Amino acid sequence: MNLWNDPINFVANWLRGLLTSRGLANGFATVILFFIGIVVLILFAMLLDIFLVWVERKVVARFQDRLGPNRIGPFGLIQPFADIIKLVIKEDITPAGADKLIYNMAPVLAMASVILLWAILPLASKIYGVDLNVAVLYLVAAGALGTLSIIMAGWASNNKYALLGAFRMVANMISYEVPMVVTLLIPTILANTMSVKGITDAQSSVWFVVLSPLGMLIFLISAIAELGRAPFDLNEAESEIVAGFHIEYSGMKFGLFYAGELLHAFTFGGFVAMLYFGGYGVFGLEKFVPVLQAPLVAAVIFLGKAMVGYWVIMWVKYSMPRIRIDHMLAFNWKFLTPLSLVILVVTALASKLLSGSPTWLAALVMFLTNVVIAWLTIEILRGVGRRQRRLEQSLASPASPLARHGSE
Amino acid sequence: MQNDWLYIGLFLVIGIIVPIVPLVFSALVAPHKPNPIKQSTYECGIETVGESWIQFKAQYYVFALVFLVFDVETVFLFPWALSINQLPIFAVLEGILFISILVAGLVYTWRKGLLEWV
Repeated sequence: MNLWNDPINFVANWLRGLLTSRGLANGFATVILFFIGIVVLILFAMLLDIFLVWVERKVVARFQDRLGPNRIGPFGLIQPFADIIKLVIKEDITPAGADKLIYNMAPVLAMASVILLWAILPLASKIYGVDLNVAVLYLVAAGALGTLSIIMAGWASNNKYALLGAFRMVANMISYEVPMVVTLLIPTILANTMSVKGITDAQSSVWFVVLSPLGMLIFLISAIAELGRAPFDLNEAESEIVAGFHIEYSGMKFGLFYAGELLHAFTFGGFVAMLYFGGYGVFGLEKFVPVLQAPLVAAVIFLGKAMVGYWVIMWVKYSMPRIRIDHMLAFNWKFLTPLSLVILVVTALASKLLSGSPTWLAALVMFLTNVVIAWLTIEILRGVGRRQRRLEQSLASPASPLARHGSE
Repeated sequence: MQNDWLYIGLFLVIGIIVPIVPLVFSALVAPHKPNPIKQSTYECGIETVGESWIQFKAQYYVFALVFLVFDVETVFLFPWALSINQLPIFAVLEGILFISILVAGLVYTWRKGLLEWV
């Protein structure tokens, strides 16, 4: 055990020796070590968050054919720090009729719900917060706290726009949680475990995105909806309700909502990478190239994958127009939910029937089943669309007396 | 195992304290000059009419009810999904039967027209 192969345990053992040699009880030393570890992990997440602000601003600028921040520091890298100073010294305005306690708790909870997810994010096989055996359920539970913070913000602001935004967000989030939980079941079935490390290690030979590409797509879509980012950003539709649930927030409280959203998007990029793209693994190459097994290198690989996921989420955000609420709910309840349940049933049956067969055969069969399901879905959608068009045509055709009357 | 939950508990406490720190710092540094105009509700410059804490639209409750059924029942599916390799084939089929009951509920609400946004 040395610093390169196992940095966390190396430092932890050294510190534990230091603490117990001063006469501290072993249990108390554990608490102190946990405390230090958690603070370091959260500070890392916060620093990453500051960097993400810069990434987001730079990328959106490129999407909109602008340059983005480029004045302060090289490539505008110091810009987010300037933003933070601005937000901190801004006056914090609380609207007169607001419910003060809930109003002030909401941004804290919004940020805390994201930070909590970092407890289970496995950056490398030996760098992670905690390897819970119910990590997948923990992910769902911590996500629900984010919903709560938005209801609290919208309700406590005493503002009708904020309340409307909160209403919409709740409808959006609780609807898309169903396909998300169902697609979380798919890696659970394939890996036979709910622990994040177990799921990552189960993908050492073949990534789950090959076994269940549709599951990955549904998880990504419902994750974007859970984040409340475009095209599902009805909660803060600028053109109708200005900023939605955080309309009354200013200064650092707004900053917490904003930073929380960015970190949430990145964290979900990380979860997509972990659940479907092999986490910190590289196609099983790490068995042959020992450098890739080193925790620090693996962490860089994982963060790179998460960054790709984050970039895809941004790509969707800046390419798609906002969709209407009835379309959004219909898309979830009439398309994503039935489809995800079909995939769940097929995955369960296939993994049961193929449990004894070699990996390549199981992977091939599962991939082909997914292709067939995708093809059938597209055929059904095409049929529905054709029927609808025919209905509209028969309504608008000159044979109907009303339309003829109009044309004369 | 116990240590895992100790870690999560500590994480919860520190995770709540960390976002409070910039708020406290901001409260110390930022100016504080409230006045009635500044604190009035912002609704695009038009004076707000009536109470803001109005009733929820009933439609949202319907979606919440459908969600509740699905969310509670998918939690029941997690133990099944975990042990699928150890289960005999008919237990897997029973799980699928359970899912089809779920789908029957979805089809019922669909046919009732409750999934239409009005």
